[in-house]
Amino acid sequence: MQPFKPVLLEAVGVPDGNTLASYKSRGGYAPLEQTLAGRQPADVVEMVKSSGLRGRGGAGFSTGLKWTFLPKDHPGPIYLCVNADESEPGTFNNRILMEDDPHQVIEGIILSSFATRASTAYIYLRYEYPTAWHRLQAAIDEAYAAGYLGKNIRDSGFSLDIYLHRGAAAYICGEETGLIESLEGKRAWPRIKPPFPAIEGLFRKPTVVNNIETMACVAQIARRGVDWFKSIGVPADPGNPRDPGSYGPKLYCLSGHVEKPGCYEAPLGITARELIDHFGGGVWKGRRAKAVIPGGISMGLMTESELDTPLDFAGPGRVGCLGLGTAAVVVIDDQTSIVDFLHNSCRFFAHESCGQCTPCREGTSWSLRMLERIKAGKGRLKDLDLLAEIGNTMGMMPGSTICGLADGAAWPIKNAIKKFRGEFEDYIRSTNPSGWMVTDPVPALQIVGAH
Amino acid sequence: MPVVIVDGQEIEIGADERLNCIEAARRAGAEIPHYCWHPGLSVVASCRMCLIETGQRDAASGKITMMPKLVPGCQTPVKDGTVIVTKSDLVTSSRARVEEALLIDHPIDCPICDKAGECLLQDYHFQHGQAERRADLHPFTSRKRDVGPTVTLFVDRCIMCTRCVRFTREVAGTAELMVTSRGAKEEIDVFPGFPLDNKLAGNVVDLCPVGALGDKDFLYQQRVWFLKREANVCGGCSAGCSIYTEHNQDTVYRLKPRENPHVNTWWICDEGRYGWHHLHDPARLVEAGRRRPAERGRPTEYETVEWADLVVRLRDDLTRAGRLAVAVSPMLTVEEAWMLCAVARSIDPQAYLAVGHLPTADSDETFPGGFTIRAEKCPNRRGVEAVVALFDPAVHGWSDLLAHVGGGNADAAWITAGYPTSGRGPWIDTDTAATFANLSCLVVQDMFDSPLSQLASWRLPAAGFAERAGTWVNVAHRAQAFEQAIRPPAGVWPEGRLFWNMLGRRGLYDPSAVRRQLAESASLAALAGEIPAHGVDLRIHQLA
Repeated sequence: MQPFKPVLLEAVGVPDGNTLASYKSRGGYAPLEQTLAGRQPADVVEMVKSSGLRGRGGAGFSTGLKWTFLPKDHPGPIYLCVNADESEPGTFNNRILMEDDPHQVIEGIILSSFATRASTAYIYLRYEYPTAWHRLQAAIDEAYAAGYLGKNIRDSGFSLDIYLHRGAAAYICGEETGLIESLEGKRAWPRIKPPFPAIEGLFRKPTVVNNIETMACVAQIARRGVDWFKSIGVPADPGNPRDPGSYGPKLYCLSGHVEKPGCYEAPLGITARELIDHFGGGVWKGRRAKAVIPGGISMGLMTESELDTPLDFAGPGRVGCLGLGTAAVVVIDDQTSIVDFLHNSCRFFAHESCGQCTPCREGTSWSLRMLERIKAGKGRLKDLDLLAEIGNTMGMMPGSTICGLADGAAWPIKNAIKKFRGEFEDYIRSTNPSGWMVTDPVPALQIVGAH
Repeated sequence: MPVVIVDGQEIEIGADERLNCIEAARRAGAEIPHYCWHPGLSVVASCRMCLIETGQRDAASGKITMMPKLVPGCQTPVKDGTVIVTKSDLVTSSRARVEEALLIDHPIDCPICDKAGECLLQDYHFQHGQAERRADLHPFTSRKRDVGPTVTLFVDRCIMCTRCVRFTREVAGTAELMVTSRGAKEEIDVFPGFPLDNKLAGNVVDLCPVGALGDKDFLYQQRVWFLKREANVCGGCSAGCSIYTEHNQDTVYRLKPRENPHVNTWWICDEGRYGWHHLHDPARLVEAGRRRPAERGRPTEYETVEWADLVVRLRDDLTRAGRLAVAVSPMLTVEEAWMLCAVARSIDPQAYLAVGHLPTADSDETFPGGFTIRAEKCPNRRGVEAVVALFDPAVHGWSDLLAHVGGGNADAAWITAGYPTSGRGPWIDTDTAATFANLSCLVVQDMFDSPLSQLASWRLPAAGFAERAGTWVNVAHRAQAFEQAIRPPAGVWPEGRLFWNMLGRRGLYDPSAVRRQLAESASLAALAGEIPAHGVDLRIHQLA
């Protein structure tokens, strides 16, 4: 594997790397000053569009294209919401960026606001990140003091205020319209689309929602150029007209049963095996991996034999996973029960389902209760068919829910049942020797709370 | 005209109509089941019961392209060439799964649930559900709690459609109801100390598609399948909301709003909703009586007069008394008012006719959703005025009548009242009533005792709103005709029947016959013919 010098994580390990002085010494804010001095918003949009930057929040939608959906000549206000509600289990790349290099993020936000003509930007920060909260607020204050934020920045006529909003700890607030509802002070129930946020978003005004890492990438593209960005990653698959390619560096959050868990920067397209072996020091205790989550638990599971799949935006989909997601790679070793894994996953999604759409609200809770019963030694083989049916019918893709949370809840279920069905069957047979084959309803256990 | 294809059947819709798939399919006779969608509320598309397959027919080639996934019918607008499929296997299995999911935590306590019989969850389960329960999870819980003075929440019956929450936010504007918790643990609730207590609160019970919200007034009173309903009009104020009177064996059990886009849309206020209890108040006047000559030391007594005799004796008494003044109550129907005027003028051709007392509250009250409760607490002032004007173009009011009688210009008075004052004190005070003290004949027709009825030489009972038939004209000049829902208490003739007989007309009182007659006059010409369910604007001919 080619050596790769971290760019987004440049400040990690640098003493006081989170301060303005340190960031400027590394070349920060210079691209912003140049942009404000001589470029038009449309130039910045074009730059980001031509860089092929795809949103780092999970869905991988083209950032520049998203910006162009904003209505032309809108009288305003237009809002930029930066999604820092990083709640996908296993994901911590935004946290590193906000804690160790907040100015990189802020520069990206200022550039993006300039490009989208937004004069107000909100950072929606998850509650559980107190350090990021303090450092980000300190960095915003520094940027105001240095004149990078506020009215008429650097005499360019462009004004921007950034507000740091701390959420109240709900997974669903990371869904873009749930985030918007929450920012408006409402219950974070995702909105029905259309209208999409670019047309009618925060406070019913055109709104762009972007991820923290996307903002950092915008800052780096402005500093290092489109060609540098496009030199990294995987070009578009000529056989797939819907694949725009996966360019740029990506922060991979490696956790689980590896020797050296952590957040690593690598070019998009690194395979899971390379990531685990090269960065993670291999599976811990000399064991083998049984399964790997490619990008947060909502993306599903890859088996050991699928570890050579490139972790770009298109790769995990080719092995039946939902996608790259947040690139949070969680390794599950061969001594871990997939039944336990799925139980944990179902417990998370049953707890985090916002409860708006019937299939997700009831499906997540039902699947959890079936897993609880299986774990209590009362499972039956027919439960697996039911679980698979829930997994296959719940979500935005079959059209049965409003947002993608349900797809994320469904994917681990259907991947686990499909790829590890034998293990489930063995578990059920061995734990429920007298009842595994029963097909009549039996009384269930006392329902156990998700907490 | 745009054409929509519903299950292969082409239907035309209006060029500027904005319909969703549920409404369009309904035009073609296909029902798309739904819980959370309600035409009077915002669209949330969360119950997912209305998922259907849609597509688009290309206008030029006629080729149909179907959408790959299911879409909610409530959220999907139709346009020219929209294809709606409501019966495919995909749709059917999706509905079955939603039904199954909704029943996972439902207590299925239909035998003790007030909603049973008119419950969408029941109906849809029979139509779209699965015969076998696959979610063998126990135990169910069945909790209930008060959310307000009139409404009880049966927590576990709720399917989280949030219609009630949206109603309190969008229509009542009071926002008492909310959703708490997340996922399958979420519940409807109120904030502690802020109960569901607004003047439109009862509507949430009608909106609830299942038995989660129960009306305390109706709870455990009657199984809904015993109820019969009659399309009526609320008599509580001049808004004249369209209602259904739901009754069994001459007892009213509840009132429900009847959809009328011109009047009340889908709602009624609580004052109207619970404004039927006076009908069954034991204090009601139920006997027609003529005052006995006063005897020293004994309270005033009335001898009961048979209605058939009354028709003759009342006319005789009034004829003998001389100059007559009549108060035509705004609680009467147009037909009754006209017959009363005609009777009065047949007794005394110079009879003084005036619109009766108009009960009023402080001011109109309009809610954010546009619903208005009127200050004028009587249903038919406009109609009675129009009728009185046919006899005397200078329409007199109640104060004119008081001045007329007080000035010694009348020897007899006939005061129709019929105000539903049960529990609220009489509509007239002793001083005002004293105006009528020295008449040689005073006829008072009322539902409850009052200082005025104590002076009456003839004390006649009046009918309540559900006991009348005829037409009321509301504040916006909309005339709505209705039939009698229940019979009045034994012995009571509704006003219409008495006046009909006093006019010497044959057979049973027939409001439509009177209406035909009324429609000959220009100002009431709109009453000609059958009056549609939504009523008719009295000014329609004048506007044209």
